[in-house]
Amino acid sequence: MSSVLEAIEVSRRFDVSRPALQRLLSGERRRILTAVDAVSFDIPRATTLSLVGESGCGKSTIARLAVGLYAPSEGEIRFEGYPLSSARAQPGLRRKMNMIFQDPYASLNPRWRVRDIVAEPIRAFRILSGQKAIADRVGGLLSQVGLSPADGEKFPHEFSGGQRQRISIARALSSEPEFLVCDEPTSALDVSVQAQILNLMRDLQQRLGLTYLFISHNLAVVRHMSDRLGVMYLGRIVEQGRGEDIFRNPQHPYTRLLLDAIPDVAMVGRTRAPVSGEVPSPIAPPSGCTFHPRCPLANERCRVEKPSHTRSADVMVACHAVQEGRA
Amino acid sequence: MALLEVDRLVVEFPGRRGTLRALDEISFSIEPGEVLGVVGESGAGKSLTGAAIIGLLEPPGRVASGQIRLEGTRIDRFTDAQMRPIRGRRIGAIFQDPLTTLDPLVSVGKQLVETMQTHLKLSDRDARARAVGWLEQVGIPAAAERVGAYPHQFSGGMRQRVVIALALCAEPKLVIADEPTTALDVSIQAQIIALLRRLTTDHGTSVMLVTHDMGVIAETADRVAVMYAGRIAEIGPVRDVVLHPSHPYTEGLMGSIPQLEHRVERLRQIDGAMPRLTAIPPGCAFNPRCGRVLERCRVDRPDLLARGTTLAACWNMVPMDDVT
Ligand SMILES: Nc1ncnc2c1ncn2[C@@H]1O[C@H](COP(=O)(O)OP(=O)(O)OP(=O)(O)O)[C@@H](O)[C@H]1O
Ligand SMILES: Nc1ncnc2c1ncn2[C@@H]1O[C@H](COP(=O)(O)OP(=O)(O)OP(=O)(O)O)[C@@H](O)[C@H]1O
Ligand code: SF4
Ligand SMILES: [Mg+2]
Ligand SMILES: [Mg+2]
Repeated sequence: MSSVLEAIEVSRRFDVSRPALQRLLSGERRRILTAVDAVSFDIPRATTLSLVGESGCGKSTIARLAVGLYAPSEGEIRFEGYPLSSARAQPGLRRKMNMIFQDPYASLNPRWRVRDIVAEPIRAFRILSGQKAIADRVGGLLSQVGLSPADGEKFPHEFSGGQRQRISIARALSSEPEFLVCDEPTSALDVSVQAQILNLMRDLQQRLGLTYLFISHNLAVVRHMSDRLGVMYLGRIVEQGRGEDIFRNPQHPYTRLLLDAIPDVAMVGRTRAPVSGEVPSPIAPPSGCTFHPRCPLANERCRVEKPSHTRSADVMVACHAVQEGRA
Repeated sequence: MALLEVDRLVVEFPGRRGTLRALDEISFSIEPGEVLGVVGESGAGKSLTGAAIIGLLEPPGRVASGQIRLEGTRIDRFTDAQMRPIRGRRIGAIFQDPLTTLDPLVSVGKQLVETMQTHLKLSDRDARARAVGWLEQVGIPAAAERVGAYPHQFSGGMRQRVVIALALCAEPKLVIADEPTTALDVSIQAQIIALLRRLTTDHGTSVMLVTHDMGVIAETADRVAVMYAGRIAEIGPVRDVVLHPSHPYTEGLMGSIPQLEHRVERLRQIDGAMPRLTAIPPGCAFNPRCGRVLERCRVDRPDLLARGTTLAACWNMVPMDDVT
């Protein structure tokens, strides 16, 4: 199967130092935050790769790297075999990918009517011409996401949070992309609309062969949507493989912790065992395996040596304990 | 006495094409130390209910009738100047769009310090120390180091947590939390919920928790209100509503939750969409989508009727033993 998107040892760093003058006065050094650290994955056509992991672990940064909004500090991203860095030179590539952003409101222009927001990619990429054809297409897209064609007349502030999210989904679909990055696409939606949108996304995938990079903190949604799954911790992918394999048999201690922390309707009146330990700072990550301060299986080796990815039961895992068979 | 009473609240948007009635005679109350969960279809009016309580309806939206009382005092007719000392200090709000609440040009620490100093008598040093403390409580790693960071340097979930800290830092009596944990992963979510729970037990803070995550509701709320098309469809103790829904809409809502235990080809969905505010059908607003619809449902609008400890607006409630 050919991959649509391939990430090869991709890292992305941010300079979060204070302004140079202040730094000079206080004798402080530059501070670099590594948001994404040597991440590799590939997404075969018509499949879904999901990324999960704690807040701040680098999921949105990967999403932005995947559509070329950020350039990698190191490594390379390829889209259909071409380095993404050359995508700007090939507008054809840009049209094939689109993104649904985590913050739907901030990504909708408040002064535009919804019909113009949704039509923007259609016009920009000249997918259709003629007012009537465009209006029909916009109306169809709005209906698909559970809004009505008449909503096109309104402005974003006239909609509820979930309705705005659906506007941004309609816009993302309007350029007929082949590859869609979905950053928390349904987190602002109630469960019944969420079910409609997720079913729509799966239908589109089956009908049109869409490829998704899917980000959600809702593990039940992730399980429903993904073929493959990557579990991230502090900028690295610590476990990667078929979603079903990981859900059935989580191997990395962090994945296990994550799966244990899920709230559930069956929880009425009970409280979850709180997750222990603090998320470490990405500016000064712990040595060795960055998960070691929170890991119940950590030993001396974990504190000094960074674990590499090894295959274990068809899943790639970066953990000494798993590798040594003591997990 | 209830901390908050909302009594037959009606919110309208007058417009060129006539007046939209977005909230239609909503009534509920919240006791001190109680967590009321609010769930419901997207666009049902959950955020508007919160905005009306805190006096931040976007014009031309307005409270057309009904009352909102905080500790017995009517606040629905308060002017902006009268509401200002209440906002933040007595009612804290966590809004659905974290980015729109935060000032992009001011560091997160400074925003916390300013909010606390507006409402509490604190020296600069104490306020700064507390700001770091709040960032720690909402789980920002290396809080002391990152207190000077600007919102765009934080991830989506980190910004959401800053908004939570801002809403809580002046120690309000009532917290309106609109989807506070949607962008958060489960472990941070657990931490935030534990924090809200601690505030309710230790300080008697009340919480109105708007979320579509039934798992969070089940774990956190004492009672839950289910909204549909600007009305309350069902309200009652969380155990009854979640385990034995009375209203067919609630039953459908529970059925569309993806389950972690087994993967299905398609999620169950309630077919159709919630009606436009301009085209709410006569009778029960849910009737075009309802599997239990009776002739009467198409003509008479049901009011909230008691069944056990639950109230539900339905002519043909789901039988107790018939829940899937
Ligand atoms: N400024 C406005 N002008 C006109 N209609 C509005 C305005 N603000 C909200 N509405 C309408 O009021 C209804 C309720 O909106 P609200 O934001 O309360 O929904 P919600 O229940 O919070 O939904 P969600 O779960 O999607 O956030 C929606 O149908 C929305 O379109
Ligand atoms: N423009 C930026 N400047 C500085 N730091 C940044 C920037 N963007 C992201 N970061 C940092 O990179 C890390 C990863 O952020 P990212 O937004 O990718 O997280 P995430 O996994 O999407 O989290 P969430 O689930 O909260 O959305 C965070 O520590 C964040 O503070
Ligand atoms: S009143 Fe009728 S239409 Fe409405 S939910 Fe009950 S049974 Fe269904
Ligand atoms: Mg993110
Ligand atoms: Mg809302």
